Amino acid sequence: MKQKLLNISDLHIELPEGSDRQYAIQKVDLELKQGETLCVVGESGSGKSLTARAIMGLLPEPHVRVSNGEIIFNGEDITKVSYERLRDLRGSEISMIFQEPMTALNPVMSIGSQIDEIFRYHVSMSKAERQKRAIELLADVNLPNPTQIMNAYPHELSGGQRQRAMIAMALALKPQILIADEPTTALDVTTQAQILKLIKDMQTVYDTGVLFITHDFGVVADIADRVAVMQHGIVVESGTVKQVLNNPKHPYTKALISAVPSLTPRKAKTISKEKVLEVKDVSKTFGGGRGLFGFGKPSRQVDALKNVTLDLYNGETLGVVGESGSGKSTLARCIIRLMDTDAGAITIEGTQINLLKRKAMRTWRNKIQMVFQDPFASLNPRIRVGDIIAQGPITQGVAREDALKRARELISIVGLDDRSFERYPHEFSGGQRQRIGIARSLALKPEILIADEPVSALDVSIQSQILDLLDDIREQMKLSMIFITHDLRVAAQVCDRMAVMQYGEVVEVGKTKDIFANPQHNYTIDLLSAVPGKDWKGISPTVNAGKSKAKAKPKSRSKTS
Amino acid sequence: MTRSSKIFRFVLKRLLQGIPIILAIVIINFFLLNMADGDAVDVLAGEAGSATPEYMAELRAKFGLDQPLPVQLFVYLKNVVVLDLGYSFRHDMPVSELIVDRFWPTALLMVSTILLAVGFGILLGLLAAMRLNTWKDAVITVFALITYATPLFWVGLMMIVVFSLNLGWFPTSGMENVAAFYEGWDRVKDIAVHLVLPTITLSLFYLALYTRMMRASMLEQYGQDYVITARAKGLTERRITFVHVLRNALLPVVTMAGVQVGALIGGSVIVESVFAWPGLGMLAFESLFARDLNLLLGIFLLSSVLVIVVNLIVDIIYSLLDPRIEVS
Repeated sequence: MKQKLLNISDLHIELPEGSDRQYAIQKVDLELKQGETLCVVGESGSGKSLTARAIMGLLPEPHVRVSNGEIIFNGEDITKVSYERLRDLRGSEISMIFQEPMTALNPVMSIGSQIDEIFRYHVSMSKAERQKRAIELLADVNLPNPTQIMNAYPHELSGGQRQRAMIAMALALKPQILIADEPTTALDVTTQAQILKLIKDMQTVYDTGVLFITHDFGVVADIADRVAVMQHGIVVESGTVKQVLNNPKHPYTKALISAVPSLTPRKAKTISKEKVLEVKDVSKTFGGGRGLFGFGKPSRQVDALKNVTLDLYNGETLGVVGESGSGKSTLARCIIRLMDTDAGAITIEGTQINLLKRKAMRTWRNKIQMVFQDPFASLNPRIRVGDIIAQGPITQGVAREDALKRARELISIVGLDDRSFERYPHEFSGGQRQRIGIARSLALKPEILIADEPVSALDVSIQSQILDLLDDIREQMKLSMIFITHDLRVAAQVCDRMAVMQYGEVVEVGKTKDIFANPQHNYTIDLLSAVPGKDWKGISPTVNAGKSKAKAKPKSRSKTS
Repeated sequence: MTRSSKIFRFVLKRLLQGIPIILAIVIINFFLLNMADGDAVDVLAGEAGSATPEYMAELRAKFGLDQPLPVQLFVYLKNVVVLDLGYSFRHDMPVSELIVDRFWPTALLMVSTILLAVGFGILLGLLAAMRLNTWKDAVITVFALITYATPLFWVGLMMIVVFSLNLGWFPTSGMENVAAFYEGWDRVKDIAVHLVLPTITLSLFYLALYTRMMRASMLEQYGQDYVITARAKGLTERRITFVHVLRNALLPVVTMAGVQVGALIGGSVIVESVFAWPGLGMLAFESLFARDLNLLLGIFLLSSVLVIVVNLIVDIIYSLLDPRIEVS
């Protein structure tokens, strides 16, 4: 029997007066044993991160505080210990890693000195000893050239390397509990797989209890021993990973799990032979700093696109899949002419649009439209929703009344309330804003829609609604779509064909079904094997069953969704 | 490439880039000043009281002022290249000698002002942020607000009234007591006493600015993720404030201070006039009224070189403070 490390019982965290609810979390009971991984799953606003912070005593007091309940760590109630004792525990007995390894590390201090601090403030060791331990730690987390990384600054490392350094720091004093707050969410899928494995390995070595916070059921399926599902600050269901994932009891858990896109590609439809867009040998290079006076050859060059060739057929959805830096967004930007290509041809209806002058391009603008990734940053906060949608057609010469009328129609097509027309973007939730973004792109009656990671900023339940909406619209309006994503689950459910990109090159193109069943390129094989939870099939094979009910219901959703 | 050779290359590149900038400044200033009515001859003749047009024409020919503007510009530029800034008819001295003579008092005033403003600004801002929402914070914030809103010349005059005339602690004007013929440390002490009021006057506004900036910057940095990481590592609040937050919070203040050195020269005109400080600012002020264009151009040239050099220094300091900024 493993020793019980942590026992949280009846924990309440109170929010300041005037918040939308009184408690951030209520009646939370959790426990963690040695060597065990407990996953806390929930969507944004469910209180999972605050629970983790409370264990470390890191709540933003005095506004947000524990008002009731206890957190017992090895017989000691953390909510009641002195500040000095709490500081003692932090980093040595309980440590934490965070979601965004770039911002979680101090940008102006070297990795070595940030690791060194942990030793300096918890144990007495000589400088040489501390240095030696730090280098060992960096080697333990499989960082190349540990001595060199000691002197490196966070910005000189990749996201995965930063997270490894973060883990080295957290494990420096062999803590009994490791709290991981979405540690892989900001990472690429192959890096994520490596980091998850690293955490697992470290856990076996040190017999650490891991409290893992995530929104991703795939990750849960891969690493959890037990699972707790949170909604609106309450643990709605908890149990072993098998119980919760394969036989969920609570309706919310069921809904969440059924919203996870399946890895089995959907039924392929017949694709028309008519090409609506041809991309041929397109290249794009970004140059770094230049020499004296800005003349001469750029000192650093990055090939963002290298001879990319793709065709888009009428009515299909072509997925462009790849990790960050693979050039997929650059490709989208080149196609809609937000960027100029260096070489190659992009052709629509026999016209090579990448060479058109600014003015000549204007008449082509309405043929291709784009839906952006971040629904918070991509809408102008000072313009009413109706005007955001109508602006495009008005600049293209449509009469104002007609454009506004069309905007109202579009608002109802994307499933928003009619009153949305007069409101500003900040009044909407992320999913609703993405609907506005889609309505805006449709206002120009495009023939080609480019969706650049349209759902990666959204919670999983909202994500499936938006994907269904895009699908419906593509059918209704006879659009062809380029769908850019890093998420292979999403790609499997949305795309008819797929192009896999790596380092600016298309390494594989084909029918989604074929690529999933029989990937050819090594990179595609790596990508597919890195998808979290690939062995877990989900509860219902027909995941898209929820499709019809999600169609026009978003207005009743709460703003926090 | 090693770090020091990188910095050397960077300095060289920036200095070379500075040449066309300075050239443009000289040309623009030259035309701007010549657009003003009247020249040195008008002023000289006016002061003499009885000058015939023939005599004035003769003077102009002697000074080269009868030549067409482009020719005058060309001659001036040619001289600037060999560091000959011309002759001040007003002071009967070569401009370069005059400027170098007056440069040191201004440099002294500016360096002490920057040290005071940046040093105390950072200190006060830090204190206010650490004692957020306590009486200390309130006092510092109110002090910063008031000094921020008070005009320079008024502060100078009030300083003289209170500390020189009423209390008699500091001299009212000048840089040293010429009649006393101090030497060695006595002279240093004398100059230091004279320096106090002008420095405080000139630095108050900037002190307030940096205090406010430092406070805001500290508060912003306290909200960053790496602070939570530092707490989660079990560091003391002291360590978090002085090692983690402080260094990050300094960056915007250093940038701002670098940009404002140029403005400081403008501010010194007023302060030097109020305290009769024998520096460049006062010289510029006098030469403007005497239509001593050569001298004025020389002062402008020196100030622009100064601004370019200071910006370069600030950039190097910045790259030392923030490893993300590379000198290249």
